[in-house]
Amino acid sequence: MTPRTPLVLKRIYPVISRDLEQAGVVSTAVRRELLGLGMSPDVVRRASVVCFEGEMNMVLYTRGGRIILLVKEDRVEVLFSDHGPGIADIDLASQPGYSTAPDWARELGFGAGLGIHNMQQNSDLFKIRSRVGEATVVRATILLGIPFF
Amino acid sequence: MKLREIAQLVDAQFITGSDHADREVARAFAADLLSDVLAMVREEGVLLITGMTTPQVVRVAEVMNMGAVLFVRGKLPTAATVEYACGTGIPLLATRRIMFETCGILYQSELSPAQRKRFPLDHDSPDAARS
Repeated sequence: MTPRTPLVLKRIYPVISRDLEQAGVVSTAVRRELLGLGMSPDVVRRASVVCFEGEMNMVLYTRGGRIILLVKEDRVEVLFSDHGPGIADIDLASQPGYSTAPDWARELGFGAGLGIHNMQQNSDLFKIRSRVGEATVVRATILLGIPFF
Repeated sequence: MKLREIAQLVDAQFITGSDHADREVARAFAADLLSDVLAMVREEGVLLITGMTTPQVVRVAEVMNMGAVLFVRGKLPTAATVEYACGTGIPLLATRRIMFETCGILYQSELSPAQRKRFPLDHDSPDAARS
C-alpha cells in the first residue's frame, strides 16, 4: 500500500475515443498545471510524456474514459481509466515493439508499440489492471525528488 | 545556432513564431514517428525535424518543451495546428527540402544531434560520446 499523503491538486479530464483533433490536449493541460505548481523540469517532462502516451493509447485504442491528475506532497500520480475493451495480455502489450495499431494510427506517427514501455520508463511506480471486455486502469506515479535514471 | 540561421541554411520559412528567430537551438532530432520522439529525446529546447504535420506534432513539441519544429518535404500543417502553435510559443518552420537534405545541411553546419536514451543496438558500450 502506498502511504497517504496530503493532496495538493486534483484534476479530472475526459478523453474521447478517436478524437484525433483533441488528442494530446490533456497532456498539455497537465504540463501547465505542473509548471504552475513550480515542479522541476524533469518531473514535468516525465509526467507529460507518461500522460501523452497514455492519452494517445486511450484515444487510439479504447472507448474513451478519463485521466485523473493527482499531485501529492511527495508524488505526481496520473490515473488512466477507460471503458474497455481491456488488455488480454498486459506483459505482451508492454513489450517494446508489440503493437495492435491499425494503419490509420501509424499514419499519425503512433502505433510503434512503444507507448506502455515508454510510460514505464518515465514512471517510478507503474501498475496496469485490466479486465477484458470491461476496462483498464493504469496508475503511473512519479516521485518527487528522486532522480531519474 | 539561431533559428534564423537554420532557416537560411535549409531555405525554410517561418510559418509562425518568426519573432523567436533569435532563439538558440543547439541540438536536433529528426523523426516522423512521434513515439520515438517521446521515447528518446531527453533534453529540452531541441529542434524537431519532421514530415508529420498532425496537431499531435505540436503537442509533442510542447510537452517535450522543444525549441522549434521544422517541417520538411514542403508539407504544411493545418490552420488549426498553426493557430494552436501560436499559443504555445513554439516556432514552426517549413522547407521544401527532404529530411535527408535538411539533416545533412544542418549536421554539416555543426548543429549537434539530440542527446538520446540508449537504443536496443547500443549493447554494452553505448555511444560514449553522446551519452
